[in-house]
Amino acid sequence: MKVTLKIWRQKGSNDKGSFKTYQHDHVSPDMSFLEMLDVLNTDLIKKGEDPVHFDHDCREGICGMCSLYINGHPHGPLQTTTCQLHMRSFKDGETITIEPWRAKAFPVIKDLVVDRTAFDRIQQAGGYVSVNTGGVPDANEIPIPKKIADEAFDAATCIGCGACVAACKNASAMLFVSAKISQFALLPQGKPERKERAERMVAQMDAEGFGACTNTKACEAECPKGISVTNIARMNREYYSSVISSYEWQVGGGE
Amino acid sequence: MAWFTKFLSSTLGRKLLVALTGIFLILFLAVHLAGNLQLLKDDGGKSFNIYAEFMSTNGLVQFISKGNFAFILLHAVVALLLTVKNRNARGTERYAVSSSKSSIWASRNMGILGTIILLFIVIHLKDFWAQMHFGAVPVVDYDGKQVRDLASLVDLWFAKAWYVGVYVFCMGALAFHLWHGFESAFQTLGLNHLKYNAVISFVGRAFAIIVPLLFALIPIAMFFDF
Repeated sequence: MKVTLKIWRQKGSNDKGSFKTYQHDHVSPDMSFLEMLDVLNTDLIKKGEDPVHFDHDCREGICGMCSLYINGHPHGPLQTTTCQLHMRSFKDGETITIEPWRAKAFPVIKDLVVDRTAFDRIQQAGGYVSVNTGGVPDANEIPIPKKIADEAFDAATCIGCGACVAACKNASAMLFVSAKISQFALLPQGKPERKERAERMVAQMDAEGFGACTNTKACEAECPKGISVTNIARMNREYYSSVISSYEWQVGGGE
Repeated sequence: MAWFTKFLSSTLGRKLLVALTGIFLILFLAVHLAGNLQLLKDDGGKSFNIYAEFMSTNGLVQFISKGNFAFILLHAVVALLLTVKNRNARGTERYAVSSSKSSIWASRNMGILGTIILLFIVIHLKDFWAQMHFGAVPVVDYDGKQVRDLASLVDLWFAKAWYVGVYVFCMGALAFHLWHGFESAFQTLGLNHLKYNAVISFVGRAFAIIVPLLFALIPIAMFFDF
């Protein structure tokens, strides 16, 4: 297979980037998209050029590290992560445009690598549960219906890759934040922080400069893990009740 | 009250305002349509005029109408604030290639559709509401009762083909706005439930088709003198 690659090249976060076109003649349909870029980079290194920088880690579709906005879709034309996308999804001779995630809250570090630590800060704001010291609790001590556990698990499958932000015309992070809120809101283990969690995480999301959801549902269609916008409705409920009833206590609790 | 102002300036607080005012405006549309449909009655505009006279003089209706104006403005202003925030959230660099197949057209163009509707409301208020309240509308006598003949004014405007065209076009924009807006309002309120989603979706889409269609049929019918 032969493909033409239009890749966004940018030296650093403060530099101006532009597209550069590469002709790639050694592509096998069995290659993953990232392997195809590896081959391109090997060629570039041999020629003494700067290789294309892109994020990747597990290459098994579970870590959320890979990104890339390919031909107008985060993670490319299939509903999967870029590492699980293969070149057989493209036509011989096709021109493939590769861009980084575009969001103010995800500044470009270099080429196709963006800084997604905004997600970490949202998690730190409220995406945790209290685990007190003591003996190991019995695994089945707290009864949780299977359906609820599954629903929470579905929300927890969010790998935090940021495809929802990339797909959203408003660069809104609400699918990510709602999945993280849902996985705790559904379970009894999430109850201690429940009243403050949504309020804190939404406040952090706003502070990071993400947009507001306009319910286009593009995120749901592009999410490699199929996270549903039902979670966004749940986040809204959690947030409204959180805002109305949080911080009723007078003691500081060490804060 | 700092928590409350903070809430209303958060993205979700603003979305809530847009959703709640949107639902009020949906109810308003239904009431407005019920009144307008009386124009199709073959009684020389009598029942419409009596209804219009009641609506423009009744204290409670006038009170709700002031609220309605405020909600229209609030809906538009808060949506505009959100749109500005959303545009900034994308950053300075836009995507070179971007696919649209993952969302419906109306959902991506609510701002444009809303602007068309807002312009329509301004024209509409100038031509009818302002005439009724501050203009000189001829008076008719119904069994000794003096009633302003708004129907004749409507007749005058709806005899102009371009005016009917603009009216019908704006109702088309309204239909698309409602197609996304109705369902979207419920999602924003957090009212997303497998038991009721199908009902909300069906009612929303039926409302988005039927209401603007009936609104648009009135000037068409009056233009062709059905």
